[in-house]
Parts: sequence; C-alpha cells; structure tokens
Amino acid sequence: MRIRAAVGRDGIVEVRVLMSHEMESGQRVEAGAVVPAWFISQVTATHNGRTVMTAQWGPSVSKNPYFAFKFRGGKAGDKVALSWTDNRNETRSDETTIA
Amino acid sequence: MTALDENRRKLLKTGGGWSLAAALAAAGMLPSRAALADWNKSAFDGKNVAETLKALGIEPATASASLVLTVPDIADNGAVVPVQIASRLAGTTRLALMVEKNPNTLTAVFEILPDAVADVSTRIKMAQTSNVVAIAVADGKVYSATKEVKVTLGGCGT
Repeated sequence: MRIRAAVGRDGIVEVRVLMSHEMESGQRVEAGAVVPAWFISQVTATHNGRTVMTAQWGPSVSKNPYFAFKFRGGKAGDKVALSWTDNRNETRSDETTIA
Repeated sequence: MTALDENRRKLLKTGGGWSLAAALAAAGMLPSRAALADWNKSAFDGKNVAETLKALGIEPATASASLVLTVPDIADNGAVVPVQIASRLAGTTRLALMVEKNPNTLTAVFEILPDAVADVSTRIKMAQTSNVVAIAVADGKVYSATKEVKVTLGGCGT
C-alpha cells in the first residue's frame, strides 16, 4: 500500500491510500467460465493504534483501490496504519507517519 | 481427546485450501480480523436501493442538500469512476455508496468513528449509465444524495 498522510492548517489529517489488489468483480467471463469474485472486503484505519474509520467494500470498488479519508486529533509524526482483509481472508497492513 | 488434539485434527483436515492462520482462527485459537465486524453479505447481494438499505438495517432515506456527492457527469471508463461523499450533517456515523444499475447495488459502507470526518473518496466500477446514490446516517436519521453518471464504456467486465 502507498499511504500519504498530511495534517492541514485546520488540524484535520487527510489520508490518501493506494492499495494493490485485483478487485475481481465476479462478473467477468474468461474462456467460458465466470472468474470468481476476489476483492478487499474490509478496511480498517488507525491513528496511533486507535481505530478512526472502518469500511466494508464489495467487488465494485475499482482495481487497485484508491481511498481517501480525513480525521481530527492527529499531528505530524503520528502513525497512521491501514489494514485490509479480502474475501479469501488474505490480509495486508502498512503504516506511515503524518507529514 | 484433548482440545489441543481436536484443534490439530481440524488443522490437518482444513489444511488444504486454508491458511494456517485461518484454520487456527476457525478453531478459536486466534482472533480473526474478519470477526471484528462481519462482512454484510446480504447487503452486498442487494439488487436495488430499498433492498440494500433493509439488509444494512437502515431506514428509507430522504434527500438532503447537506450530503454532497461528487461524481463526474460523464465517465469514459466505467472501470474507474471517482466518487466523493461528504456529509455536513451533524452526527454522521455511517456513509454508504450505491450504484442503481450495477449487478449488485452496494459498493461500500464506511463507519465514521467519532474522530473521523464524514468525507471519503474512492473509485468505483459502473456497468452502465446509472444513478449513483450516497447514503448518510446522522443522528439516527437517514439521508441520501443522488446523481446520474453517464458511462461511455461499462466497467463490469473488469
């Protein structure tokens, strides 16, 4: 995952994330067979270990998902971590430092 | 047979397609991340807005100008349609994103915890020209914002 987090003048931290995932829709047919859906289903964002946002996604989020969100109470140097779980129960977590 | 043996047997039995961690989680030995909040399958299987809201346990919505849905008027590529939902409604705790004419209506649900701002952006797939519907739950009430996106090339096969 590529994560960018920056605190604005209003004290609100803006986080932008690019995840690497096929996000197979389950609608696509290849060689006469439907390619099974394979997608990130759950996303959790934490600030210094405290959860600030969670999300549930379906397969209609685009391939290599982009996700941007904002939260209050963060400052430069704090840790922001993102983790996802897909429908095959694979997971990935990454973190960055607020700029 | 001890509990440990039983778990070991489960591990061996499920070893094939499953990861070790998943098998351990199934045997109750590790906390499963997925168990934190179960993925709402019935909501993501919904075929229209009313059905999906019901599966999410959300009341029917009323349109609100304080819920701002930003989408392009025309999307050349339905595989990548940028969407932003921003709610200025006090006490917004949940946002949801739906596409009326996709095979399954629901795209995403966001839980806005107390320090989060109800302002999220992502990119979605659209099968064809359709209304995009944003839902916000604020102070227990349900609001919506709807906009049509004209899709030149559908993004369902991607």
